[in-house]
Amino acid sequence: MHKIWLIVQREYLTRVRKKSFIIMTFVGPLLMAAMIIVPVWLATVSSDGEETIEVLDESGFFAGKLQDKGELKFHYVQEPLETAKKRVTENENSSLLYIPKLDLDNPQGIKLFSQENTSLSTQLNLERMLKSEIEEQKFARSGVDKAVLDKIKTDIDINTVNLKDGDEKSSNAAVTSGAGYVGAILIYMFIFIYGVQIMRGVIEEKTNRIVEVVISSVKPFQLMMGKILGIAAVGLTQFLLWITLSFAVVTLLSSRFQTDRFSDKQISQTMETMQDAGQAEKAQEMNKIMSALDNLNVPLLLGCFLFYFLGGYLLYGALFGAIGSAVDNETDTQQFMLPITIPLIMSFIVAQTVIMKNPDGPVAFWMSIIPFTSPISMMLRLPFGVPGWQLALSMALLVLGFIGTVWLAGRIYRVGILMYGKKVNYRELSKWLFYKG
Amino acid sequence: MLQIKDVSKSYASHLALDHVSFEIPEKSIFGLLGPNGAGKTSLIRIITQITGADTGEILFKGERLKPEHINRMGYLPEERGLYKKMKVGEQLLYLAQLKGLSKADATARIKSWIDKMELRSWVGKNIEDLSKGMQQKVQFIATVLHEPELIILDEPFSGFDPINANLIKDQILELREKGSTIIFSTHRMESVEELCDNIALINKSKKVLDGPVKTIRDSYKTNTFLVEGKGKLLLASPDFKVLEQREHHGFFHAIVQILDNQSPNVLLRYMLERVEIHAFKEKVPSINEIFIQTVTEKVNA
Repeated sequence: MHKIWLIVQREYLTRVRKKSFIIMTFVGPLLMAAMIIVPVWLATVSSDGEETIEVLDESGFFAGKLQDKGELKFHYVQEPLETAKKRVTENENSSLLYIPKLDLDNPQGIKLFSQENTSLSTQLNLERMLKSEIEEQKFARSGVDKAVLDKIKTDIDINTVNLKDGDEKSSNAAVTSGAGYVGAILIYMFIFIYGVQIMRGVIEEKTNRIVEVVISSVKPFQLMMGKILGIAAVGLTQFLLWITLSFAVVTLLSSRFQTDRFSDKQISQTMETMQDAGQAEKAQEMNKIMSALDNLNVPLLLGCFLFYFLGGYLLYGALFGAIGSAVDNETDTQQFMLPITIPLIMSFIVAQTVIMKNPDGPVAFWMSIIPFTSPISMMLRLPFGVPGWQLALSMALLVLGFIGTVWLAGRIYRVGILMYGKKVNYRELSKWLFYKG
Repeated sequence: MLQIKDVSKSYASHLALDHVSFEIPEKSIFGLLGPNGAGKTSLIRIITQITGADTGEILFKGERLKPEHINRMGYLPEERGLYKKMKVGEQLLYLAQLKGLSKADATARIKSWIDKMELRSWVGKNIEDLSKGMQQKVQFIATVLHEPELIILDEPFSGFDPINANLIKDQILELREKGSTIIFSTHRMESVEELCDNIALINKSKKVLDGPVKTIRDSYKTNTFLVEGKGKLLLASPDFKVLEQREHHGFFHAIVQILDNQSPNVLLRYMLERVEIHAFKEKVPSINEIFIQTVTEKVNA
């Protein structure tokens, strides 16, 4: 045990002290923060100031009806089309909305002239405004009172409530699957990034022949276990640092953006003050997401996440270690990597289709029970509620699977690390399993 | 110290050790000799418990070999290797701790060895910055740092210049003085005769001979003598057989075998009457000659 601890320490310290680790630790959160903040920033930057739209209305339907909205300023003109067009070509920031004489039932021939291409949002905005205006006119013509119509208009919004365990929880399919998805992605990334590091570490020890010295001091199993645990600790450290640092960076940078505008009080205020009902709807939706988040069983999710995170990593880590010991250099690893990556990638692809659609179906069930796919699949199912016995079975099998792969890897490792200059195939590997110690 | 009893080991395709038995006396330097691929490294790996024997057993100080003995051994593999990215000092500390030394003990011992090996200014450097010879020194220190009772050195002098080879040689002798038993595996014979007390010769997975160096050499004596002198040597006695004879400017050089277990004095007396003798010396075969003779014999057989 003491020796495993020494190995863990060495694996941990040499990696954590590397320049690349330190750089990645600091660059990682910046990248992550950038991923969150840059789009927001770009969105605020890209609106390029006011746009004047000159309206030449020959139909007379829209006189004084188009109100300035946001960056769109309307300016009515009365002159022949040709002169108006000519003027617009001389002015960069204005465009000409030409409305010919219209048939209300079939409004055709509305044109927008501008020097530059009109942005899609401007076009959509204009279309919406004209459409609603024409509708108003039609209502007026057919004698329907707009106020009556507004009363009839209804908004339906279903609040999904989870009745399990007797108490009501408001749920939200998007949020639940989102939570599981994030967990699954993290597990997937972790297994790959740090699994490969284990493999590299083993290959490195093998190529610089230190392994023979170490193996004459400790058992191969201890060396492998120490390596797997040490690298896991490195990974956890990096993840924790990333999370903390990203959080800090995001908080710092977004303190200027109003992030609390989704709180209940804010929403009612928004509802009262905002004329635009769409905005309020959005805020309400956000509020629902927040309350669904609140109602997720966070301790269970977090606990399971940690369990599957470590379980999955250990299971695959042992296999990666075994691959490393079986080959002489990294280029030879391909043929052995495939069978390891397939279940991982498969569970991810299947996850997006089958499991998300039917989290309690047979495919989801089996994939979340079999150890090779369970870390990712179970994380995706968990937020939807998984029967206790399934969870217990899945966890027990994962532990067994882990012990199994470590045993398997230990056998391969023991023979492989001292085997040089020999291309290994699967038949050879299976023989190693039954070599006498 | 170590009794190897009837040890066999086979890998998938070939037999690496075929019923090998011998004994390694305590506080001695033991030469494990054999051509490349004879099975030396396999035997060493069994002793260091990296692999297990198929049959047979090994006794360490009378006890059957078990994992606890590992900490009482030090092993310098033929294929040297250290963690390239680790500092010299850290590396030694790590390897010493893996051998069960406490941190304080290890640090103190590393200090004294670093001085002995003239590596003081390199302690803080990464292994990859060291020359090959210096890396070897570091590895030698790592092997003996925990003061093992049994030290196994596989080709310890390869890669050293003569000065450093001597430095290592002196350390090996000193370690024996302090009571360590040293197994010294090599296929180079020059160093064997000056260092080893006992040897075992392995060829083609089998032990072909073992015992104290002196006894072995004596047993390969053929009662042959080297004679040098002035004049013309003409031996016409049925008691002697001239194996080789050269003449040069009135001086001669000859190798003579004395037959029928006669005393060398008989030959001397015979020659004194006829030529002037400058040198007379028994020709004892070197380990190298014995090695080559034994190995090629087996090949021809």
